[in-house]
Amino acid sequence: MKQLHELTISEVHVGYLNKDFTCVDLVKHLLNRIKKYNPKLNVFLALNENVLKQAEAIDKEIAEKGIDRELLGIPMAIKDNFLTVGISTTASSNILKGFMPQYESSVTSKLLTAGAIFIGKTNMDSFAHGSSTETSDFGPTHNPWNPEKLPGGSSGGSAAAISAQFVTVALGSETAGSIRQPAAWCGVTGFKPTYGRAGRYGCIAMASSTDSPGPIARTVADTALIANVISGQDPFDATTSPTPVGDYPSFLNKKDLKGIKIGLVKEYLMTSMSDEVKKLILEAADKFKELGATVEEISLMNPKYAIGVYTVVQRSEVSSNLARFDGIRFGHTRDSFGEETKRRIMLGTYTLSSGYYDAYYKKAQAVRTKMIDQFAEIFKSYDAVIGAVSPGPALSIGATKNQPMFGEMEDVLVEQSSVSGLTSVGVPCGFVDDLPIGLQITCDQFQEAKALMIADCYQRHTDFNLFPDLDKTL
Amino acid sequence: MHKVTILPEEVKKIAKLANLKLQPVEVNLFAEQFTQTVDIINQLNEVDTSAVAATYQITGLVNVTREDIVDTARVLPQTVALSGAKLTSNGFFVVPRIIDTEETESVI
Repeated sequence: MKQLHELTISEVHVGYLNKDFTCVDLVKHLLNRIKKYNPKLNVFLALNENVLKQAEAIDKEIAEKGIDRELLGIPMAIKDNFLTVGISTTASSNILKGFMPQYESSVTSKLLTAGAIFIGKTNMDSFAHGSSTETSDFGPTHNPWNPEKLPGGSSGGSAAAISAQFVTVALGSETAGSIRQPAAWCGVTGFKPTYGRAGRYGCIAMASSTDSPGPIARTVADTALIANVISGQDPFDATTSPTPVGDYPSFLNKKDLKGIKIGLVKEYLMTSMSDEVKKLILEAADKFKELGATVEEISLMNPKYAIGVYTVVQRSEVSSNLARFDGIRFGHTRDSFGEETKRRIMLGTYTLSSGYYDAYYKKAQAVRTKMIDQFAEIFKSYDAVIGAVSPGPALSIGATKNQPMFGEMEDVLVEQSSVSGLTSVGVPCGFVDDLPIGLQITCDQFQEAKALMIADCYQRHTDFNLFPDLDKTL
Repeated sequence: MHKVTILPEEVKKIAKLANLKLQPVEVNLFAEQFTQTVDIINQLNEVDTSAVAATYQITGLVNVTREDIVDTARVLPQTVALSGAKLTSNGFFVVPRIIDTEETESVI
């Protein structure tokens, strides 16, 4: 029989209804697990002090009315860039140390309305500026598969919380890789919705034209359930789309992928990539064929250009967004910014400044148009494109030192889809050196249902969805 | 395109524009790192963009507006809005002086 920390959303609900355990039992079990292993992993920055009281209220509700909310009593970890009333929110930055939010973010508000219970807030790269959690002002998170390795980032705490089985599901956010890359390095499932599918209100802004909240979970099916709750037009975020939201879970559990056409991106099997990673991606392509899909090699723009576009767009938007941290209305003074944050603000200030705007910012946004056009052309003939999430497995703690472009280089394979606003699912596709490798399945804007359907079918027909035994790895 | 070198003097100017104070060691470090980063960015000049327009909104939304009606759900009560501020006075934020200071001229 599965232990409480191993359950998916539907398994937790079955347990509640069968009275196998209560929400209080589940929360206590997870808190014990966190107490035991978190000191070595540094996943949580803050725990919800009222969680047991909230669990008692949920048990009462279940006893009276059964389960009539989608996420009732589902324990979640929330990335620390989402404002949560009553739980401190810092974006892993000293400038917000001790900050208690004045309002609830749109997505966490929707999760609470659906009955979710928040266990705590997870570590991340400071202001999400990185792909390692190593830029956090509160120390890096360690990878549950091997604590000497990085968990990836910026949603590294949320991915590690799933891999370490501290919670049932977690919330992250992605600007370029920040959900898919840590999910890949920690060996879990991450889902990046289309830009504008879930509201950004109350999500501490990084790059407003690409920031996308999304779930990290044990299975594709669980990410679909969370996506159903957080998606939709948000009156508090004018950039959310009026496109109707599909009922994502209803698209899952397909027995095969007949009729699906998949593009295997040639440029994503980079020369710098290890043969082992390439082999896993080619094996995944074979698996898709076995499941009835057609797989053909396709060509995309050289990923090196995505680095340039992303760097300019991200730094410019960071420079503008972080101007609001003045220490007047909330937070501390600007001397509290860490080195990476200062570097990003300043490069953005430079690319936006008079005389350089056309050469950098406008040029990057024009190359961005070419990337979007190229994907539009590909999705006329293909349902999805696949490739590795990251060129290799998790790197060691300390790898970001003196690497001002670390994140951009590690995220080279996910940046094009991010700056084009596409939706993508990252799922485990094997192991190299006992560390997990992730596969990305990317679809056109607002094709969440299709991306989840393909990823779910792949996941149910492979055996890579594994979790480390923390007594052995730590 | 010719190589762009960012000098420590420029880094100091950018820091001022960005309202950041840097340590001397950071000035030199950032000058070197920005030069490397701009090298990578300048690879974009290899891509011909003469026939395309810049993209600023990727899902194609245009001019999203709402009715000009006060919605109290969007407004924080004054006490809540002020609750994170270190200095307040009579229900207002207290802000530092920005005119007639030594910094004024150089910032503008």
